[in-house]
Amino acid sequence: MSFLLLAEQLLNGLQFGVMLFLTAAGLTLVFGVMGLINLAHGSLFMIGAFAAAAVAAASGSFLLAVMASIAAAAAAGVLVEVLVIRRLYARDHLDQVLATFALILIFSEGTRWLFGSFPLFLDIPDYLSGPVTLPGGIDYPLYRLTIIGVGLLVALGLFLLIARTRLGIQIRAGESDREMIAALGVNISRLYTVVFALGAALAGLAGALIGAIQSVQVGMGEPVLILAFVVIVIGGIGSIKGALAGSILVGLTDTLGRALLPGLFGLFMEPADATSIGSALSSMLIYILMAVVLIVRPTGLYGARA
Amino acid sequence: MKLNALVTLASAAVLSAGMAVAEPVKVGMITTLSGGGAGLGVAIRDGFMLALKQSGTTDVEVVVEDDQQKPDVAVQLADKMIQSDKVDILTGIVWSNLAMAVAPAATAQGKIYLSPNAGPSALAGKGCHPYYFNVAWQNDNLHEAAGAYANSAGLKNSFILAPNYPAGHDALAGYKRMYKGDLAGELLTKLGQTDYASELAQIRASGADSVFFFLPGGMGISFLKQYADSGIGLPLVGPAFSFDQDILQAVGDAALGVHNTSQWNKDLDNPANAAFVAAFLAEYGRLPSLYASQGYDTANLLLSAMAKADISDKDAFLAALRAADFDSVRGKFSFGPNQHPIQDIYVRQVVKEGDIYTNKLVGVALEDHSDVYAAECEM
Repeated sequence: MSFLLLAEQLLNGLQFGVMLFLTAAGLTLVFGVMGLINLAHGSLFMIGAFAAAAVAAASGSFLLAVMASIAAAAAAGVLVEVLVIRRLYARDHLDQVLATFALILIFSEGTRWLFGSFPLFLDIPDYLSGPVTLPGGIDYPLYRLTIIGVGLLVALGLFLLIARTRLGIQIRAGESDREMIAALGVNISRLYTVVFALGAALAGLAGALIGAIQSVQVGMGEPVLILAFVVIVIGGIGSIKGALAGSILVGLTDTLGRALLPGLFGLFMEPADATSIGSALSSMLIYILMAVVLIVRPTGLYGARA
Repeated sequence: MKLNALVTLASAAVLSAGMAVAEPVKVGMITTLSGGGAGLGVAIRDGFMLALKQSGTTDVEVVVEDDQQKPDVAVQLADKMIQSDKVDILTGIVWSNLAMAVAPAATAQGKIYLSPNAGPSALAGKGCHPYYFNVAWQNDNLHEAAGAYANSAGLKNSFILAPNYPAGHDALAGYKRMYKGDLAGELLTKLGQTDYASELAQIRASGADSVFFFLPGGMGISFLKQYADSGIGLPLVGPAFSFDQDILQAVGDAALGVHNTSQWNKDLDNPANAAFVAAFLAEYGRLPSLYASQGYDTANLLLSAMAKADISDKDAFLAALRAADFDSVRGKFSFGPNQHPIQDIYVRQVVKEGDIYTNKLVGVALEDHSDVYAAECEM
């Protein structure tokens, strides 16, 4: 494998990682602050993508579509938090899993009822389409570079929000001691709604950005949800920094595994066997990574809680 | 519209009054109507129901249930339909793994299974059964046709990829069975994978002159969009599944010009097909897909058998099904010894007609094509 191809694959891994970060950040935030396992996070991702596709089809503007995705997912998040999730904070995790799983089914069939059974069209806008040539001669799609940029901006924004703002202080306080922050006069129920809406908005943004290069269809959120859980378990549940590190680690492992393993096995195996064993192993790689991280650091890379 | 309905009703009444009173046939349709794969099941159901409606028959009763694309659910539904609904015939399943879970058990209990889509090799060879009919294709067929097309298009160095699951392996095997050129690379991707950046980088670096891919459903949409955006620009070849009428609108320009192989297309020139396309458009407000055409043919096959024999006389009914004496929207259609289709497989190209992305026929890839498993079938 040439150096250029390897560099391109590294870039692909980074981009995949950043894409994962956008979905994992909201999930880890909600779990960290409220202790809630939200399986319906993938549905919020789907809502973002569908809202973007609908608005893009009506208006023709991608920017408007992205804004609509954020608004729609955040609104759905507020609605869900007030109607359903609020009743679950005091319950144990099994109840939360059951209720949010029910939400997945409701959102999926609701979306199918509204938009039909066939995938929707959402495309990259002209000004972001096509490859650009990077220094070193790599042809790399501009849109993927944009995703890397947006993802890193979101990461920076979240760090600033949590480290520098009053809301951030409340979020951190909520993470470490819920009862105390309520006793100090912070409106904890409003804080929870805000955090949940923020998490939902991030998922919606991810849905719109990723929907443009993937298929906007019912059920698109579930594979993403599983990967997001892997990421936050590796990174340490509740930690934004962990989510970023975990995403990039998972992105690089998955991409490089897919790129390198079949070739590696090809050195000492029949090509057909190498392809199938290499592919099988590369799809397991991130789960192996997760297991290793959990053995070495049971709370994840940046996890604080025992 | 109202007048039309009246005329249909009246003619149906006249027809049924004229015929001997046949025993009604009860059909159990198990198909995917919810979740990500719902589009395929909806198309099959719509095609099937349209054929029944056009025939005006009152002798067919259909029970439709949603399998949620889950084998265990499909098995439960089949048990329920066989034991409490007392159906005579099962049909509808989209996916090979679900068909494998349902069809052998159903035929063993003396029920006829008409497959409108899935054609796993296990049911075409040694596992063939007098009660099992495939009205679509054997799984390898469209991929073999893609290989044959690649030869005729002068492609000499293909990069091939498919998901790592049985139908994916069959796809690559089917392509390689016919394709005579070299392989620039061969990849098995994760089932359900949505990001293909890594594969695209390998394709770009491989020096291939063409790409063959089998990525059904959302995987294909993702791949096509990302392929177009990558600027690789090599000719693509694939089976019809990623270029189906219902998903082309979601792919858009990224699919334009791609050659794909199919046993059917909306512009196939025969009267049955013209009537089908017009009626489907009028009934559902959209163009029919490949899957809809298969559902439609399945229902017409059933109706043709019912016209010849009574369901209570199993041997006569099976013989009537084997005769395949109906006007297929594909034109020529007959069953091979393993009760899988012998048919022409065409090359289509994705074009834009007005605002609609669709396919047009550009040639024939394989004529009177059967499958390699037929020889292993002993019935």
